[in-house]
Amino acid sequence: MANTAPGPSMADAPADRSDGRSTPEGRPARPSGVTDRRLLRRLTPYLFVAVAVGLMLLLTYWPAVNLLYYSFTDWDGLDQTKNFVGLDNYVQVFTDPRIFSVFAVSLYYFGASFIQMGIALYFATLLSYSTRFRNLFRGILFFPYLINGVAIGFVFLYLFQPGGTLDTVLSWFGLSEPPHWIGDPDIANWSLAGTSVWRYTGLNFVLFLGAIQSLPSELYEASELDGANRWQQFWAIVFPGIRRVIGLSFILAIAGSLSVFEIPFIMTGGANGTSTFVIQTIQTAFNFRQVGTASAMAIVLLVIVLLVTWIQRRLFPDEKVDLT
Amino acid sequence: MTLTTGSRTAAIRARKASASTAKYLSLLIASAVTVLPLATVLFASFKSTQEYGATGPLTPPSNWLNFENFAIAFDRGGMLEGFFNTAVVLAVSLAGTILIGTLAAYGLDRFEFRGKRLVFGLFLVAALVPSVTSQVATFQVINGLGLYDTKAALILLFMGTDIIAIYLFVQFMQAIPASLDEAAMIDGANRWTIYWRIVLPLLKPAIATVVIIKGIAIYNEFYAPFLYLPSEGMISTSLFRFKGPFGAHWEVISAGTLIVIIPTLIAFLLLQRWIYKGLTSGAVK
Repeated sequence: MANTAPGPSMADAPADRSDGRSTPEGRPARPSGVTDRRLLRRLTPYLFVAVAVGLMLLLTYWPAVNLLYYSFTDWDGLDQTKNFVGLDNYVQVFTDPRIFSVFAVSLYYFGASFIQMGIALYFATLLSYSTRFRNLFRGILFFPYLINGVAIGFVFLYLFQPGGTLDTVLSWFGLSEPPHWIGDPDIANWSLAGTSVWRYTGLNFVLFLGAIQSLPSELYEASELDGANRWQQFWAIVFPGIRRVIGLSFILAIAGSLSVFEIPFIMTGGANGTSTFVIQTIQTAFNFRQVGTASAMAIVLLVIVLLVTWIQRRLFPDEKVDLT
Repeated sequence: MTLTTGSRTAAIRARKASASTAKYLSLLIASAVTVLPLATVLFASFKSTQEYGATGPLTPPSNWLNFENFAIAFDRGGMLEGFFNTAVVLAVSLAGTILIGTLAAYGLDRFEFRGKRLVFGLFLVAALVPSVTSQVATFQVINGLGLYDTKAALILLFMGTDIIAIYLFVQFMQAIPASLDEAAMIDGANRWTIYWRIVLPLLKPAIATVVIIKGIAIYNEFYAPFLYLPSEGMISTSLFRFKGPFGAHWEVISAGTLIVIIPTLIAFLLLQRWIYKGLTSGAVK
């Protein structure tokens, strides 16, 4: 983040003048008044950021510190005493198959996010060229991203139910015995990951489209003069030009697929083998009242997400992609 | 033009025509995949219970003016309460976020002070903490403050955890020349006056972006109200509770779903340009 804040000497110069021997009204200042005002001036920046920093410490860092503390205890969330149990909770997180195996469910969503980015990239490239009804198509493809998650859950429960929309459409193509899309544990995760693609493709699409449209148009014109076709243009101009956005989306996809929550929680409640790590954590804490174990799970997830982000910072430092 | 180039352009034109057919065909398929799930829910919401049982999901309703399901959903589904609570939480949280965020951004951008880099670093790391899992411990904080099962809990959470908004404000403020501040200071204005009278009005476009992006996020937020406000409904949780009592009454659930989607659709149609702009500036921070 570039910071172009003016130095103190520059910004405070006029204030210095009024704070000298006399106040702006011309009264001679008492020495104590000067120190008071100097103190106030030194405190001013802290006063401006105080509320934001205070809330951040209270609602993000204090809970994070507590998570770490709880993760070494057997606390149930109610008891007055918290017994120290060392690393037991962490051992449980990594050895209990019911807990760690749910990370495998993330793979469905991780795989789906590639499909999602592929679709988004295809349509972003398509709509970056002049297209009839461009705004309409852009709006249709993007709108699902804005819809309430519970509403999406219900729309797709309706779509997937036996004899529902999907089965009807498939029967037109001669598929008469469709599986139970949500009820069958072998298929449920695919259905939910598909719902996730429907929901989030629009965001990737709009981000990619914005990045493509900010590429200089001379590059296209020059390449067209050189006889490049669309395919060559894509690989020579578009893809390298928006590499950074794609990289960012990729990292977000990893972090996102590790912390999938809403769609499976709303649609199945984690039944039929669709439980994710976050659902498991929440249920461990609030349904089974094992706050200690749940805290250890939350810490594990937090460390993984921070690690992924750190890798992203190493791979894609904040640099401007320059094509020319 | 020579003959060879002439035939080449003809070939290119033919290729372009088929490419354009493929292009529009793929756009139409994608649009159908997007619209069809929503359209079938729309169909179901206008059907009577008997009609829903007798017809397939892709059959349009016989009476497009049958609003009975909407009335049931609104009335017995507690959607009015949901809308009211969401509106209250939305308004207060947005006002708070804007005030807190712009104050912090002004402090961070216009001053040099000890600990400034630390504050920036803290904001940066805080943005990465996955919010759902940390609720395990945040819940204890809210509970300890005595705010469990109040709207104040949600308002506090929405106001306190918006780091993206602060970044947007800082970014925008960097584009406001500091000479404006200096001129005002020479005229004897103090820092608070400058913030209130000069900087805040100039931040209007950034404020609009935050209102839109955060407004949609709060409207759609499901887990925070689910966890912290069990005895009242917000729009998401009111709809979520349809699962029990309306069980297999998909015509009523569909109506409730649409009642939740329609305000989003209206907001989208009115604010499209700002939404796109806000997303690109908010995501590529």
